[in-house]
Amino acid sequence: MKAAVIVFPGSNCDRDMKVAIEQSMGHSPAMVWHADTDLPETDLIAIPGGFSYGDYLRCGAIAGNSPIMREVVKKAKVGTPILAVCNGFQVATETGMLPGALLRNANQKFICKDVDLKVAANNERFVGAFETGQTVRFPVAHHDGNFFTDDETLARLEGEGLIAFKYSDEDGNVTDTTNINGSRNNIAGIYNEAGNILGLMPHPERLISDQLGGTDGKTFFDNLINSLS
Amino acid sequence: MTEITKEIVSEHGLSESEYEEVLKILGRVPNINELGIFSVMWSEHCSYKSSKKWLKTLPTEAPWVICGPGENAGVVDIGDGQAAIFKMESHNHPSYIEPYQGAATGVGGIMRDVFTMGARPIANMNALRFGRPDHPKTRHLVSGVVSGVGGYGNCMGIPTVGGETNFHASYDGNILVNAMTVGLADTDNIFYSAAAGIGNPVVYVGSKTGRDGIHGATMASAEFDDDSEEKRPTVQVGDPFTEKLLLEACLELMATDAIVAIQDMGAAGLTSSSFEMADKGGVGIQLDLDNVPMREEAMTPYEIMLSESQERMLMILKPGREGEAKTIFEKWELDFAVIGKVTDTGRMVLTMGGEIVADLPVAPLADSAPEYDRPWVKTECPDPIKASDVSAPADLKKTLLKIMGSSDIASRKWIWEQYDHMVMGDTIQRPGGDAAVVRIHGTDKALAITTDCTPRYCYAHPETGGAQAVAETWRNLTATGALPLAITDCMNFGNPERPEIMGQFVGCIEGMRDACIALDYPVVSGNVSLYNETNGTGIFPTPAIGGIGLLKQSDHMATLAFKNSGEVILVVGEASGDMGQSIYLKEIEGREEGAPPSVDLAIERKNGDFVRDAIHAGELTACHDISDGGLLVAISEMALAGNCGADLDLVSDLPLHAACFSEDQARYIVTATSETAEKLLEKAKLANVPLQLIGTTGHNELNFGTELSISIEDIREVYSNWLPDLMTVPGN
Repeated sequence: MKAAVIVFPGSNCDRDMKVAIEQSMGHSPAMVWHADTDLPETDLIAIPGGFSYGDYLRCGAIAGNSPIMREVVKKAKVGTPILAVCNGFQVATETGMLPGALLRNANQKFICKDVDLKVAANNERFVGAFETGQTVRFPVAHHDGNFFTDDETLARLEGEGLIAFKYSDEDGNVTDTTNINGSRNNIAGIYNEAGNILGLMPHPERLISDQLGGTDGKTFFDNLINSLS
Repeated sequence: MTEITKEIVSEHGLSESEYEEVLKILGRVPNINELGIFSVMWSEHCSYKSSKKWLKTLPTEAPWVICGPGENAGVVDIGDGQAAIFKMESHNHPSYIEPYQGAATGVGGIMRDVFTMGARPIANMNALRFGRPDHPKTRHLVSGVVSGVGGYGNCMGIPTVGGETNFHASYDGNILVNAMTVGLADTDNIFYSAAAGIGNPVVYVGSKTGRDGIHGATMASAEFDDDSEEKRPTVQVGDPFTEKLLLEACLELMATDAIVAIQDMGAAGLTSSSFEMADKGGVGIQLDLDNVPMREEAMTPYEIMLSESQERMLMILKPGREGEAKTIFEKWELDFAVIGKVTDTGRMVLTMGGEIVADLPVAPLADSAPEYDRPWVKTECPDPIKASDVSAPADLKKTLLKIMGSSDIASRKWIWEQYDHMVMGDTIQRPGGDAAVVRIHGTDKALAITTDCTPRYCYAHPETGGAQAVAETWRNLTATGALPLAITDCMNFGNPERPEIMGQFVGCIEGMRDACIALDYPVVSGNVSLYNETNGTGIFPTPAIGGIGLLKQSDHMATLAFKNSGEVILVVGEASGDMGQSIYLKEIEGREEGAPPSVDLAIERKNGDFVRDAIHAGELTACHDISDGGLLVAISEMALAGNCGADLDLVSDLPLHAACFSEDQARYIVTATSETAEKLLEKAKLANVPLQLIGTTGHNELNFGTELSISIEDIREVYSNWLPDLMTVPGN
């Protein structure tokens, strides 16, 4: 099993992603610099959180056009699994690998806290350790996580089981109150149609031990690495 | 060139006697560039001219101190070849004028101070003071400052793990934004600022120089008046993305041995950094200003030297290493320019367009920086306010709710949820506890970090307040199980030319000194911000203290939350019941009076050492220091954090309100299983530490005999809602 983590100037959750993958995989992922034009042979590509290129134009917009992302998109098309977290999710929507866009949070503020998420649809590879309908707890840390898409796409995401996680309470109730950032239908994470890409705003890599406050992230990565090994 | 008139000298903030000194040093009239340089180098902000005499009296040494005050930040040994490098700095004046950029660049500046020394920043903290909650500007300032602190730290990917926030009318016209950064370095790879090696290249890296922030240091050395808003153009603009690149590029270059010396360009920009490097190294520097990367056209030497554009560094490289360094900075898409060389002339010579535009002797300019022994008057300690001088609460439940929902006590979650406090994956105690705790990546060790000061105590009696601020950080670190190592101080005061303000400064320093000595807890870095006055009204004296402590084993950490039902609650330490300057007195009686709680440093140390030992022995299940609001507030906070109530049975000779709300120092609330509690009581007796059983944890209410029965949820409502309610714009 091999994994690669993409590093842009301004990525800042790259080390956290590396640590989480290492903990479950037993060895280090390759760290791939944005200016590279070759991806190493890999069974998993992770696009980490941060502020790629300062997020100055629009979150993820410049990174979406970086040399390495052309390679990532090619790999995505042939089915390489891709985990895109937070800024990575924004980059993935900018490249068109995932539908929709991440707008400024409805309250206009950066939000950093643990959130409860309802597992909305199962995808063995990514969330096989969880049951559909159960809740997991991952932290969020973003200013622009308000998922938006048009009605038609939203209906398709709902209808085809492409919604991975929804912001909920700890009992799995998905309501306006639990919608931390104004996302349509409380969407926190989605799959692409082929099911090989997961984009999510919450950070599973941040809760990977009791000392850090929880282990749902470890369960997530253990399953992901297992299913790809 | 501009003729130097009396008016121009005075606009540059130089007094007549200071200008006489300039003429003496130069033996001629300075040109405008030289005058500008003298002006910033001799400003209060850069020269510490009013405070130096007193700062020298603080203890700065201990076996674990690697580098004390005088460098970019303080350095302490944390074992295994590792060092913690940290400092706190103010950015008060700019933050009042332009809260977002002022706060953001304050955070950027302090992080640069830390990574200049070779450390990767691992945590940010802050200490914020705003005006009274209902002041028309408060909401705007809170909102801007908090977004600015978050905006910079979040983008850098350094967790902002906590801090403190006060609201008081004394800050209506002068808010305080104090930012602290803690970094981690190897003890054999720490970088200093003394220039060396005649002929070595002087290199400029980072952002280009613009016209922003010119005279920022001078602005920070004067009082505000009604026209201060017009100073907006002197506030710098931050670019955290560039700083993130600068951080990575500097650390990459620091992993080689190409750097001789390095200094960040902070206040007074290129002037201050080049003079400091030359002065510390006892050398001269020649700079060709044509080679400085500029982002605006037709900048004059004056503007280049005084610009406070952010995200810039000055380095002295070993000869022949320019190429290697340039490759690294180009990889990170940053400017890299050789702008001069180290000389043996002892002079700072600046050229532009082939002409010499300034020629100044380095040492006399630095050594002759004015140092004042300003007149001061001591603040006499007011009389204590005894419990019997204060009326008993009519209804304990209503009283507790009022205090828990008051501006000093209510939850700061609205603030810290806007800071990424988890990035880097090592935050093991998040904001909201006594101190934040971050692991040293890849080890079992952890650092506890806190910032504290109780300005109303400092105002009432500076000596006591100064000692209390240091002791409170020490107590907060201890409450997590950490061994306190050292502090950084950020001294925020009014106009030092007024004897009563100077007296506050002297008093606070004296108190701090006593506490640092008694607790083996030296000062390793710091910053002074004076002239925090508007139209002649000064702020409360606010010596904000940032403390760090070491947990050799991170799993020996204590937190404040009640963990389990059926555990015994104990209080460590004794109460006199004095009510002066307490939150109870302020909130319930509307009086801000009396002596602050007295500080007995020997007792502080004895009680703290007892608590820390008990934490390390695994005997405590929770621990929280008693501070603002007193015992019942501390217990409520523990209940809220653990979502677990308590039955209290506090036997005391004191009146109920004194037992519940006095702010006597050197006290902690701890919990333990009932078996362990027996053991603890015996140990405490032997150690001569007062330890008293005061209740049991359980269910979801706080009960206290017939006096009190209140649900945790009712407390949570007032505690959680105060700040969000304040910040909600009416009508939205």
